Parts: sequence; C-alpha cells; structure tokens
Amino acid sequence: MLELKNISYVVSENGSEKEILKDINLEIDEHFVAITGPNGGGKSTLAKIIAGIIRPTSGQILLDGEDVTECSITERANKGISFAFQQPVHFKGLTVKDLISIAAGKPMKVGEVCDILSEVGLCARDYVNREVNGSLSGGELKRIEIAMIIARATKLSLFDEPEAGIDLWSFNSLIQVFEKLRDDVHGSILIISHQERILNIADKIVVIANGHIDTVGTKAEVMPKLLNTSAECEVLKKKQRG
Amino acid sequence: MDAIQKSLLQQVAGLHEVPEGAYNIRANGEMDSRNTTANIDIVTKEDKAGIDIIIKPGTKNESVHIPVLLSKSGLQEVVYNDFYIGEDADVVIIAGCGIHNCGVDTSKHDGVHSFFVGKNAKVKYIERHYGEGDGSGENVMNPETIVHLDEGASMEMETTQIKGIDSTNRITKADLKDGASLEIREKIMTHGKQYARTDFSVDLNGKDCSANVVSRSVAKNQSRQEFFSVINGNNECKGHSECDAIIMDDASVSASPQLTANNIDASLIHEAAIGKIAGEQLIKLMTLGLTEAEAEEQIINGFLK
Repeated sequence: MLELKNISYVVSENGSEKEILKDINLEIDEHFVAITGPNGGGKSTLAKIIAGIIRPTSGQILLDGEDVTECSITERANKGISFAFQQPVHFKGLTVKDLISIAAGKPMKVGEVCDILSEVGLCARDYVNREVNGSLSGGELKRIEIAMIIARATKLSLFDEPEAGIDLWSFNSLIQVFEKLRDDVHGSILIISHQERILNIADKIVVIANGHIDTVGTKAEVMPKLLNTSAECEVLKKKQRG
Repeated sequence: MDAIQKSLLQQVAGLHEVPEGAYNIRANGEMDSRNTTANIDIVTKEDKAGIDIIIKPGTKNESVHIPVLLSKSGLQEVVYNDFYIGEDADVVIIAGCGIHNCGVDTSKHDGVHSFFVGKNAKVKYIERHYGEGDGSGENVMNPETIVHLDEGASMEMETTQIKGIDSTNRITKADLKDGASLEIREKIMTHGKQYARTDFSVDLNGKDCSANVVSRSVAKNQSRQEFFSVINGNNECKGHSECDAIIMDDASVSASPQLTANNIDASLIHEAAIGKIAGEQLIKLMTLGLTEAEAEEQIINGFLK
C-alpha cells in the first residue's frame, strides 16, 4: 500500500539546519495503523509529506509500488490519498453539502449527504446547508472533516489527531466513528493520535520521537514500552533524592 | 426583442420571456413593453426620462420587473425611476441593467432610483448589473438609489455586479424613521482593468431603526475597488456595516468606513477584512482532488453566493 523510503526533512532556521525527520523507513500494509509519540516529534510533518503538502528533503514515497514523491497534492488525492487536517479549515460561503460534494467528486443529493453525515454522528437536516465557518463548533468541524474523508472513500485515509481540540465527551462518541470506520472502510487508515482507545484498535502502532521511528509493533509490543518512555527530569530526580 | 436583448434579459432578470405581473422593459432608450395591474401602476415621466411606479397601500405578494437593456454601442442615458410604495404593502421589485457592447464607443446607463416606502410597508429590491460584448467600447453604469423609509417600513436590497462592467460608481443613500429597517447586501466581482466604487450613506433618524450593510467582493487582475460607507446614528438605533474582500493578482481594494454617533443610545459597528484566498483553503480543496485553479473558483463562487 504505502511505503516510505529514507524520508528526511530538513529546514534551515536562523542560518542553522534543523532535522525534523531523519531517515524514516516505514511500510503500511495493515488496515488500521496508529502513529503516536511526543509533541514536536515530526508526526504531522510526516502526514503532510504523505499528502504532498510538504516535499521531503530526500527519500521516496511509494503508493502501491508507484513512486509518487514528485506528485502534486491534487495528483496524490486523485491516486487515492485522503487527508483530514488537525485544524479544519473555514470556508466563507461554502456549505457542508458543497464540501461533501467536492470530496465525493460529484454533485450529491441531500439524501446522500445525510447518509454520510449520520456516519459521523451529525443530524444531517441541521447541517446540510450550514456554512463551514466559525459558527460551527470545533467538534462539528472535526466531524465534517472526517465526513469528507468518508465521502472520498479512497484507498488511504490519513487523520491528523482527530481528537485535538475536542472535549472529552465529544471524543467518546468520535471513537465510535473510528471503530466503525475500521470495520467498514476497505483501504488503509493511518491515524495520528495520543488516545489510548484509538491505539487499542490499531493493527500496528508506530512511535515517532525526535524525528525518527522509535518503535514499530503491535499493541501488545508497543503499549507497555510507551507507558514508561516519558524522559525523567534530572532536576526533579535530584530534588526527590533530597 | 432580438436574441441579444433576450439573453441580456435572462442575465439581469432571470427571465426567458416577458414576466408575470407588472413590468416595464426599456430597450435602447425606449419603452419596449409594459404591463400594469389593478394595484400597480406605471406612468411615463413627462419632464425627464424615466417612470413612476405607484403601488397601492396594502398590495401583497406582487412583483414589479423593470429591466433595462442596452445593445446599441455608444448609447448613453440617464433615467429617473421613482417608486411610491403604499402603507402596509409587501412587494418585490426586480431591476437590472444589461449592456451588450460590440462597438468601440462607450455605452452608459445611469439610473437614479428613488424609493418612498410608506408606513409598515415591506420591499425586497433586487438589482443586477451585467455587461458583455467583444468590442473595445466601455460599459459604464452608475446606479444611484435613494431610499426614504417611513415609520415601521423595511427594505431589503440585493445588488449584484458580477461581470462585464468596466466602470461603476454606485451611490446608495437612505434615511430611516422610527422602527424602520434597512438591509443591504452587495456582491461585486471586478476583473481586467475595471473600476468599482461603492458609496453607502445611511441616516438613522428614527427611534429603534436599524441598518445592516454587507458588501462582499472579489477583485481580480488589475481591477480597483473602493468601498465607502457612512452611517450616522441620530437616535436610539442600531447600525452595522461589513466589507469583506478577496484580493487577487495585482488588484487593489480600499475600504473607508465612517461611523458617527450623535446619540448616546446609538450602537454602531463596522467590520472590514481584505485579504487573499487563504493558502490552507486551497490546500484543503486540493487534497479533495481539485486543481489549484478549480479550488480558487470554488472558493470565489462560495464567497459570492
């Protein structure tokens, strides 16, 4: 399905070079893969590189064996990559129905939009003609973002922290959306998340820290390690020792 | 009416043939056709070009169409239309001007519309401006709208200029009495070297009157837009104006709002935002499979919808 070969990404900051991603090698063939790891570790950058929003400094991206490294965002979208943003974008004037229709690649009937919205737990009649702007809550925008990915039904769906910016109560029902997605969607789902409940339903967990892959494995292999990885603070240690 | 005029009529009034109800179609400076009803009378002015539209008190659910069509290159005219809307009436008025200029001379239509809206009457006024033609002659329109709202009267005005007008200076003036309300929604798109100037001036004179002026515009290529709005709060009243513009290419947009409160209970707000299309909007639509140009088109269509 998706193969990343020696992906590196370097940015220059105040004259010095900073490596955001270092020689990432990863194969995604499983149905549901979760990427986790500390903030600032390079997870979102990796998702943007897969979607074509950021060009890697070096390395190759293969989709079903085809090299898509030089493909534009649009070309990758049309080859079957979907990407749900961490921060959904506002559109003045475009409605939920407009965006779902664009995502589906054809004009959608109200009934069809309703079916998709109900999958993400939105009561369609209230939302079909709403503008996708600041009048919607963070949780609503996140659900619409996910609905667009469902409407596209591509072979690879990327989600960047679907839980970010959502209250705990909304997230509980969002988890059910992902459990259902795992059961219904035929392609691969790659999801960046810190939520244990998301990691729990993953076939494979990838831990990215400091720009490189720290651990790859099943839930049983990775979860115990994760719980003990938070680096100890030397100052605090000394303090505790007295 | 020939094919060109019929196509203009379709653009400015959404009409294929002559409309239902009252109408007055003006083509190339002359009356083409007219229909009046029991409640709506249309009379040609004697002292200058134009018509008086008289709507009887209590007239409900009727509409008046007054499209103007210019297909002769170089035709220039100034027309005065006065609307007298009786108390408690509830009507829709659809005006519009379409110019087809395939010659080298400037075609120009300056329409001065005055509305006298009676007590508790409701008016919806829709105005569309459209130009076309492959000649080098310019299409110029300078619409002036003057609105007098009596006690409890309300007017909703929608004005749209999407294509083909090379130069426009749009003036809208209004004064409001007690409890009157005015809502104006303007949509403008300019391209090439076009110039559009909008000038709103509203006097909120009555107690509890309100005005809401919203302008959304897109400026492409080397076009220029200027937006002026003056709201004077002279009583306990509410005024809100908003100018939201997308700027593209080498265009220029300027917004000059002016709010004056002459009464302690006047509440006035202005919002203005000018900027290019957000990069993240383009990227989002591209991840849904659109090219950059298609994404731009969707964003602009939505914005001006």
